[in-house]
Amino acid sequence: MGSFMLRRIIYVIPALIAVSLISFLVIAIPPGDFITRTAELRAAQGDIMPLAEQEAMRRAYGLDLPIMVQYWNWISGVVTRGDFGYSFSFNLPVKDVIWPRLGLTILLSVASLLFIWVIAIPIGIYSAVRRYSAGDYLATFLGFLGLAIPNFLLALAVMYIAFAWFGMNVGGLFSPEYLEAPWSWGRVLDLLNHLWLPMIVLGTAGTASVIRVIRANLMDELHKPYVTAARAKGKGEFALLMKYPVRHALNPFVSGQNDIFVDIVSGGTIVAIVMGLQTTGPLLLDALRTQDMYMAASFILMLSVLVVIGTLLSDVLLAWLDPRIRYQQG
Amino acid sequence: MQTTDNLVEIRDLAITFAGSVDVVNGLDLDIPAGKTLCLVGESGCGKSVTAKAILQVIDHPGRVSGGSINLRQTDGSLLDIAATRSTSPVMRHVRGADIAMIHQEPMSFLSPLYTIGNQISEALTLHRKVSKKEARAEGIRMLEQVGMPDPERRYDSYTFQLSGGQRQRAMIAMALINQPRLLIADEPTTALDVTTQANILDLLAQLQRDSGMAVLFITHDLGVVAEIADEVAVMYLGRIVERGPVREVLENPKHPYTRGLLASMPRLDGDFKAPLKAIPGMVPPPALRPAGCPFHPRCEWAVAGLCNVMPVRDSDLGNDHMVACHAYGPQAAQITRTPLRPPAEAVAVAARKPAGTEPLLSVRDLHKHFPIRSGFFQRQVGAVRAVNDISLDIYPGETLGLVGESGCGKSTLGQTIVGLHRADGGSIRFADGANPPADLLTARGAEARRLRTDIRMIFQDPTGSLNPRMRVRDIIGEVLQVNGGHSPAEIEGRVQSLLSRVGLSPDYAERYPHAFSGGQRQRIAIARALASDPKLVIADEAVSALDVSVQTQIINMMKALQAEMGLTYLFVSHDLGVIANISDRVAVMYAGRIVEIGSTEAIFRNPRHPYTEALLAAIPGRGISKHRVRLPGHVPDPGQQLTGCPFADRCPYALPACRAVLPPLDGTPNHRFACIRADELQLRTVAGPPDLVTA
Amino acid sequence: MSTFDQTTGQVAPIATAHQRGRGYDGHWALVWQKFLRHRLGVAGAIVVVLAYIVALIPEFLAPVTLEAYNPAYSYAPPQAIHWGRDTGEGWRFAPHVNAYKSEIDYNSGRRTFVEDPSQPIDIGLFVAGEPYRLLGLIPTDRHLFGPVTAGQPFFIAGADRLGRDILSRTIYGTRISMTIGLVGVTLSLVFGILIGGISGLFGGVVDNLIQRFIEFIQSVPSIPLWIGLAAAIPQSVPPLQVYFLITIILSVLGWTSLARVVRGRFLAMRNEDFVKAARLDGCGPVRIIFRHMLPSFLSHIIATVSLAIPGMILAETALSYLGIGLRTPIVSWGVLLQEAQNVRTIASAPWLLLPGGAVVIAVLALNFLGDGLRDAADPYSD
Repeated sequence: MGSFMLRRIIYVIPALIAVSLISFLVIAIPPGDFITRTAELRAAQGDIMPLAEQEAMRRAYGLDLPIMVQYWNWISGVVTRGDFGYSFSFNLPVKDVIWPRLGLTILLSVASLLFIWVIAIPIGIYSAVRRYSAGDYLATFLGFLGLAIPNFLLALAVMYIAFAWFGMNVGGLFSPEYLEAPWSWGRVLDLLNHLWLPMIVLGTAGTASVIRVIRANLMDELHKPYVTAARAKGKGEFALLMKYPVRHALNPFVSGQNDIFVDIVSGGTIVAIVMGLQTTGPLLLDALRTQDMYMAASFILMLSVLVVIGTLLSDVLLAWLDPRIRYQQG
Repeated sequence: MQTTDNLVEIRDLAITFAGSVDVVNGLDLDIPAGKTLCLVGESGCGKSVTAKAILQVIDHPGRVSGGSINLRQTDGSLLDIAATRSTSPVMRHVRGADIAMIHQEPMSFLSPLYTIGNQISEALTLHRKVSKKEARAEGIRMLEQVGMPDPERRYDSYTFQLSGGQRQRAMIAMALINQPRLLIADEPTTALDVTTQANILDLLAQLQRDSGMAVLFITHDLGVVAEIADEVAVMYLGRIVERGPVREVLENPKHPYTRGLLASMPRLDGDFKAPLKAIPGMVPPPALRPAGCPFHPRCEWAVAGLCNVMPVRDSDLGNDHMVACHAYGPQAAQITRTPLRPPAEAVAVAARKPAGTEPLLSVRDLHKHFPIRSGFFQRQVGAVRAVNDISLDIYPGETLGLVGESGCGKSTLGQTIVGLHRADGGSIRFADGANPPADLLTARGAEARRLRTDIRMIFQDPTGSLNPRMRVRDIIGEVLQVNGGHSPAEIEGRVQSLLSRVGLSPDYAERYPHAFSGGQRQRIAIARALASDPKLVIADEAVSALDVSVQTQIINMMKALQAEMGLTYLFVSHDLGVIANISDRVAVMYAGRIVEIGSTEAIFRNPRHPYTEALLAAIPGRGISKHRVRLPGHVPDPGQQLTGCPFADRCPYALPACRAVLPPLDGTPNHRFACIRADELQLRTVAGPPDLVTA
Repeated sequence: MSTFDQTTGQVAPIATAHQRGRGYDGHWALVWQKFLRHRLGVAGAIVVVLAYIVALIPEFLAPVTLEAYNPAYSYAPPQAIHWGRDTGEGWRFAPHVNAYKSEIDYNSGRRTFVEDPSQPIDIGLFVAGEPYRLLGLIPTDRHLFGPVTAGQPFFIAGADRLGRDILSRTIYGTRISMTIGLVGVTLSLVFGILIGGISGLFGGVVDNLIQRFIEFIQSVPSIPLWIGLAAAIPQSVPPLQVYFLITIILSVLGWTSLARVVRGRFLAMRNEDFVKAARLDGCGPVRIIFRHMLPSFLSHIIATVSLAIPGMILAETALSYLGIGLRTPIVSWGVLLQEAQNVRTIASAPWLLLPGGAVVIAVLALNFLGDGLRDAADPYSD
């Protein structure tokens, strides 16, 4: 188990390097940079920015260096000093902007994952055990619907319903009075009060797919010989269900959680933009539009790191759950 | 028989699947207390589902649809299991505490996610209030009792860390921990090697004697029946056709089905080369159960107007011997009973291997090692030495049997000869007289193409070896098509004639493999192997996946084809009975090496290697009175390099010297063996005067 | 029923009635039969086929063209269809909608529309409208349905900000949205088969590297990366090129699951006895791959592909909605949904979400179809 964990952790390192490289290159390689974009914007307002001034700014920001040097400067700052570079549009170090946003992103993602588990696992089990019952059909239908509705459309629909029917103006993670306030009890409660709606929106697709996965896995397991063997020992049906088929179906489920988590983090970007959440999504989009390079690269990097860590956790969990992995690879 | 002696009485049981099809119908069966009752029959007869019905654990969509299963409880009262709800507490107590079950595949009947100790003690705690510590102690004691080596440590092992025999022991421990009054054993040794099977059968017999429990033992193997049964019930298409005490049924079988099963079983008594008599056809699916006597389409006694119309009743023949056949009922006069063993149908077997001929195939110093790779860069960290230093000759027209337990390398040897694996060393020379001799390992171009058509292979699994997307014609004809020189019309004609040669209708050529039964598919696979008019055919466990009656049909057909077409066979099998019946010479393999090779007579009547002796002694049905050699442990890890005799660790005669040097394959040209003590040992054989006496 | 032949003794061909019927059917016939038993799958297939027909001839099916607009009908709500009219001599079948009278509420500055029953607009089938070329070839001016007199206001699904007919635009949007999935999946398929095939064929270190690479790509959160790549497309790029760039961006991440399926099948199949038997028959690698292996997993690939299309459609819709995907004049469902940017707009004109409905129906249908195909892909296990 120890060597398994070690190898698994070592494997994360090349993945992180690759992720950081991709995050940076996606932003840096395409033509144009923050300066050209600023010049374009100013030009649109009739304010022509002299080329000399543009070049001077480039030099000041280090944008005239070769891409790999820029990358090295950026990533070495991230790794050694936790310095994510400078946000041109905010005129602030990126780290000052990114951490609070990232914290809320993690909170929302984890909350959505928990929401998925709480809702989907019992329904999935019920669906598999009472196959072809009315409840199963309902769950299957809702599951399909959850898969088919795009996140942002669901967000729009929920906001529309809240607005048109209940007169609520939902959106954001805080009420205006708490938006810039320091952390307090009231702010936490306010956050929780706003969190549940995006959580449901974000969790719906995942819930649908988890129900499907659990139902399918469990149906495979329900008629396995070891279930018959345990029944022949005289074990009661419910205890039997939990100890054998459910426990066995848990393994493919856990290995699938990584994809779900990727989808949550990924889909969270769009939901956050639509619902105006104070997470990474809206800032990422802005940063990309204005080619605020370090900001965008840092956001993509940190979201990917989040996913890589999630993968690591699910792998470790799987090894802990499944002795076959523990003993045969470790 | 007095009914109070019976632990379970099953009356008129019907089991229905998917609404309408009766898998079991009108089954009456008594399980006597304190005895072992064997339930015998081919697959598809409803044996396993009957056993599951007794525990009420039939899988959906099957269910008991009629009849009663009365279990005599300890207070003498009767409990009708068929009328008890499957999930009721009474039923839960019956399972595990009164009746326990062991299965064919412990790997799939034990969960890989829990230790075997967890699953064993679970069986205990479900029925008795014991502390965790007591449960553990009891579990370990139980493991010790079933002969598990190092029970303390094994208690915390997972199934995938155990060998096949150890898993079966764990499952037996789990079943017996509550001291049930009835143990149902569903083919518990079928998946095991013959030496392990012998150990498990010994264990079950001893446990039964010690505890006095009743055992319902399900098997398809009449040898196992002879070994372990007190009473036998023969099942065909969902009902019992014959039952009685074991000697009575095996020595004086009445029902044509029982007789057929016995006649088609290869045996080691007397002339083990005598042709086997197969039951024609196969067990039909339950949905197509014939009217009247369900066996009549396959029965040579069947009389039209009687057997295909009138349902059969049980006839009592005395001595507790019951049979369900019109030949013993009120209409007996209408039926002519043929004697049990008719004069041998002459399957023309020419005298083979004329002395002094050149071998057709000479294998010299053949090696095949499979690298074990590990890590990201797939570095080689070791090798599985599957085939080690093998030399043998196969002569034109003969059948060389290659026998050994799983993992001994016999299949790898066959596959290497045919070219599925690239050998790591040695040579394979093929000389058919008509063409210049060629080395299989170096042949290229046209020569390789010729060798490909001259040496062909039949695979074990007839389902997997036929491409389901291709028509039978294309499957059989492909070798002709690919290697050129044949017009489509020629190929068509050849396919037609091959199909009729293997006993199939030529118009089957248009069909796809999924339309055929296992036996028919194997016939198609044989036709494919013969399409290119080969000289040598390698049959890799070609009959192992088949039921005994079908197996015998295929063996007889292969013998006939050999005589007809002048074929040479390398017949790979783990089944000593089959090997004895079909082979002219036999090679015994152990841990990648040949340990003994010689004529079939020599190997079976006069074994010189202790492993051969142990193999023969392990064949079930040889009787307990005979000399018993039981092998401890299991085959050495093929990844590890051995210096001495690979068998030394399990050999009852091993001396320190055996572990020092690898014994060479010595002896006479006609009988060679690899044992340094061969000359001083007096090994015994079990092939000899029959145990299973036939009328 | 009995097939035992007393005269031949040995062999009793047992082909039973149902086996005899099936025995002559090849793989695809069996797949088809099994698929037909999957009712949701069949329903999905019908909807998908209809959607592609719409994608083929939107000019004919839409009442007006893409560009038609009428600022006077900005945010006009859907017109109710009246199926008949009372002519005094009794009710007569005459489908029509009523024209709108618009009033501007000067307090809120908003326009309200009121039906004007005195101005019925008759609806007809195969009406003359603006001319176009059917399938880009046949010049005609017929539309499946629409106002009998061309040019009359006709908004049975409402109008957008510029007074454009939402229904017509959604019908036109089908073309891009349904094809972007196809193009993207085709690209993914090429990548997937190529790379998965290499992985499965060579094995060893190559396989290991490719597998780690795939795992890595799958662990990158796709939407931020898509956003990054899509935002990198300069504004100056012409719309048609944007369309192709977006498909490439979608398939950059989309090929991995297909590659895994291909590789897995390849590896499993390589050890199948019938492939070994084909080798022994003397089949070369090309013949083995194309005659023995590929046909065996083609049906699985088709199923996987049909399950990959909806993901592509959803991704395109999301990107376009954010304004970094396709842009006008190319119209996809996602582009149309850009109109519904904020809650207030949606609250006053919920019909703007109609293209969203089209997305949901298309994705559902494709999922049902894919499920049905996946079940049918292996017709031998029932």
